[in-house]
Amino acid sequence: MLLEILGTGCTKCKLLHEAVLKAVTESGIVVEVRKVEDIAKIMEYGVMSTPALVKDGKVLVAGKVPTPKEIASWLVA
Amino acid sequence: MNTRTANAVLVIALIGWWFLYGALACLSRFAGSALGIEPASRMGASLEFLLFEVPKVLMLLVLIVYGVGVLRSHFSPEQTRRILSRFPEGVGNVLAALLGIATPFCSCSAVPLFIGFLTAGVPLGVTFSFLISAPMVNEVALALLFGLFGWRVAGLYLITGLAVAMLGGWVIGKLRMERHVEDWVMKVRGSTDVPDSDLRWVDRLRAGVDAVREIVGKVWPWVVAGVGVGAFIHGYVPTGMLASFMGKDAWWTVPLAVLIGVPMYANAAGIIPIVSALLEKGAALGTALAFMMSVTALSAPEAILLRKVLKPRLLATFFGIVSCGILLVGWLFNLLLGNAP
Repeated sequence: MLLEILGTGCTKCKLLHEAVLKAVTESGIVVEVRKVEDIAKIMEYGVMSTPALVKDGKVLVAGKVPTPKEIASWLVA
Repeated sequence: MNTRTANAVLVIALIGWWFLYGALACLSRFAGSALGIEPASRMGASLEFLLFEVPKVLMLLVLIVYGVGVLRSHFSPEQTRRILSRFPEGVGNVLAALLGIATPFCSCSAVPLFIGFLTAGVPLGVTFSFLISAPMVNEVALALLFGLFGWRVAGLYLITGLAVAMLGGWVIGKLRMERHVEDWVMKVRGSTDVPDSDLRWVDRLRAGVDAVREIVGKVWPWVVAGVGVGAFIHGYVPTGMLASFMGKDAWWTVPLAVLIGVPMYANAAGIIPIVSALLEKGAALGTALAFMMSVTALSAPEAILLRKVLKPRLLATFFGIVSCGILLVGWLFNLLLGNAP
């Protein structure tokens, strides 16, 4: 599984990154977490409001930091 | 939480808000006398102003930000883009300016929005209408204007702000400046299949709470600082002192206000209380409106961000047209209304 965090370095992008890392550690699942900061790459996903979370190329959420519960549910789904 | 409990909590909170707001004048007077404030003295006048205005403005802010937060859960930037890409210029400009009020926006997301709109086929002028309206006509500014100036000034700001956004974007569209967008922007292969969030009513109510926590949590120090400076002006600056050089008879005050306001990057929450106090001391309404608009609509940091996607000529045109629009609004109001807010 590949999780990508899209964001150009705003406060919320950092929050999302931390939340995802925490959820991954807690779940014990092997996941690659990658930060995407290049605006052209972010736009390729069609996302206009950062931060956004992408799982295996599919946008899960854009424009807000999801709750730890939501992130955990996406990890197993 | 299920829908019924959530609705019940909402109703109780609204009633509680209403009572507290109605009792605010009494409570602040009570607090004032408990603290031994002498309303007749200058210091007393300032403190009394502060004790009443800070809670009042914060309460209005909470209510309006909550309402807009709930409303906003219906308008993601992705949905806005989908709507706007369907309409031609003209209608598109009107819609873009209106949607700019409801769509979540911060100047840090101006660039992704700009690219996202253009690559999805939204015309350049329509995109600009949105970019002008979104930061200028927002719920924080409207809540403060309503709280400190009353509904008439808030309404004027809303209508003229929208007019500047609609016309400004329309003019930029007519100038056919598409080739002045940086070349890499149009090469971005944008996808438009971002999932729609399927929200229940309870989720929307929660979105309102999140909005309050995030927005009010961020702007309250600005409100307190702004009202603080306003309170000082209220107590210490003699009434009418500003009429001579910030009054309506001095035509040059409007361009001066725009010139100072454009590069400035400040929170509307901090600026509006100060402007409100200046107005009370004789500054003209049009000058004040022009200043507020230019502070919120344009700023030097935004120019630097937008330079990534706009070539200098288009960037200058954008700033020039919006400044002119604001200038006209200022003059119009000084001409029509003068010093009576």
